Amino acid sequence: MALSTSNSKSNSNPNPISPDTRPETEAPARAESREIISQGLWTNNAALVQLLGLCPLLAVSNSVVNAAGLGLATIGVLLGSNGIVSVSRHRLSPAIRLPVFVLIIATFTTCAELLLHAFAIELYQALGIFIPLIVTNCTILGRAESFASKNALGPSLLDGLMTGLGFAGVLLVLGMFRELAGTGALFTNMDRLLPFAGNWTVRLTSSYKPFLLAILPPGAFLFMGGLIALKNIIDRKLDSPAPRQQDSTTSKRVRVTG
Amino acid sequence: MYNDATNSMRATIIKTSVVLGFFALLAALLLGVVNLATVDRIQEQQRLAERRALAEVFPQTLHDNDLLLDTFTMAPDAPLFIQPELLQLSFPRQAYSGQLDGFFSGIILPVEAHDGYSGNIFILVGILANGQVSAVRVLAHKETPGLGDKIDFTISDWILGFDGKSLVNPRQSRWKIIKDGGEFDQLVGATITTRAVLDAVQRALTFFQLNQHQLANSINRL
Repeated sequence: MALSTSNSKSNSNPNPISPDTRPETEAPARAESREIISQGLWTNNAALVQLLGLCPLLAVSNSVVNAAGLGLATIGVLLGSNGIVSVSRHRLSPAIRLPVFVLIIATFTTCAELLLHAFAIELYQALGIFIPLIVTNCTILGRAESFASKNALGPSLLDGLMTGLGFAGVLLVLGMFRELAGTGALFTNMDRLLPFAGNWTVRLTSSYKPFLLAILPPGAFLFMGGLIALKNIIDRKLDSPAPRQQDSTTSKRVRVTG
Repeated sequence: MYNDATNSMRATIIKTSVVLGFFALLAALLLGVVNLATVDRIQEQQRLAERRALAEVFPQTLHDNDLLLDTFTMAPDAPLFIQPELLQLSFPRQAYSGQLDGFFSGIILPVEAHDGYSGNIFILVGILANGQVSAVRVLAHKETPGLGDKIDFTISDWILGFDGKSLVNPRQSRWKIIKDGGEFDQLVGATITTRAVLDAVQRALTFFQLNQHQLANSINRL
């Protein structure tokens, strides 16, 4: 109690200890969070670079609404599992670390499944087996093992959110491309996820000839390949404003990651 | 020495078991809470979804009873009925009977098609008391996306072509797709799927005709 009152006073009357240490810890913390954000969203993107969680990614990205639904559920599970894993990281001996991780992930996945069933039943029916399959999404176990089990709660939550957003983003973009190419429309059935979004459907032309391949599984691989290529092109552009000689080295580095 | 080693090992085992047990308990607790919080809503939503599906097959103006209550199980080999194999059910499913002012006004029959392009097609057929189809809906199927999946009402309105049809309209020789010399539109590139659904609807109607009295009285027996 005494400590907290002295701390609150220290705002007006600076305590010699805390102001000195704060800038030092804050600056690296900010740099660290920036690193976490860029890693999760782009540099080390779960879907585009690590190529993790491809099974749900490819299977469910045939329409925007499905992609958004699974993306949100995955973010939720990632946040939950990273948080709990981080909090309990000092209590877990190597022997039971993995079983506990799987237990935690399965628990959050089941919660996500129950919530979707209760609040978005049509989406729940459309996603089917891919909701329980979030358990097997290696991204989640990967983040628990490689990040949350070694870092404090704050960074772990941020990492979970960013990795999840990176994964969901790719899912969404893939869903948009495939739905647009496959059916000529966008945002069909959005009311399955958002009750007020029933009239969001955008149709390009009334006489669009459906491009079947885009909706079928092979289309998922084709579009995914396109996205990865696009990311590599962008990375190369960003990486080398300098002479062209460096191109070969930078492209190699990008592909090797993960 | 040896004893110390086994003792410490035992201590480790006990400690890890306790930790693991603690996490299992925590997980069970969380799941229990979420389950309790959602169970009512899930049941409610499930009922609503079912009711919506039934309302599509059998219009609400044609019955004043709760279809979900006046239901009975249709077994694949129901002994009470004549030729239950017509429905080709692979497991027991629910049938729903409609009443209007206390009289039998129609029935919703489950039927399956096993001769589709891939997997079984699960269908609900609404049949009015006079033997006319009120509507047909496909509940679940694995037909080719973009071709055969047009039997699904969310994708195309082909299935509406059955509305108002009966065993005498068109007559039996015309209960075929146009390609086979009948009256029903086929889906381009999905002849097999179309034939399968058409055949299933016709089988459901035949079953209804054979069992009209049992089905009409099925309410009273409940």
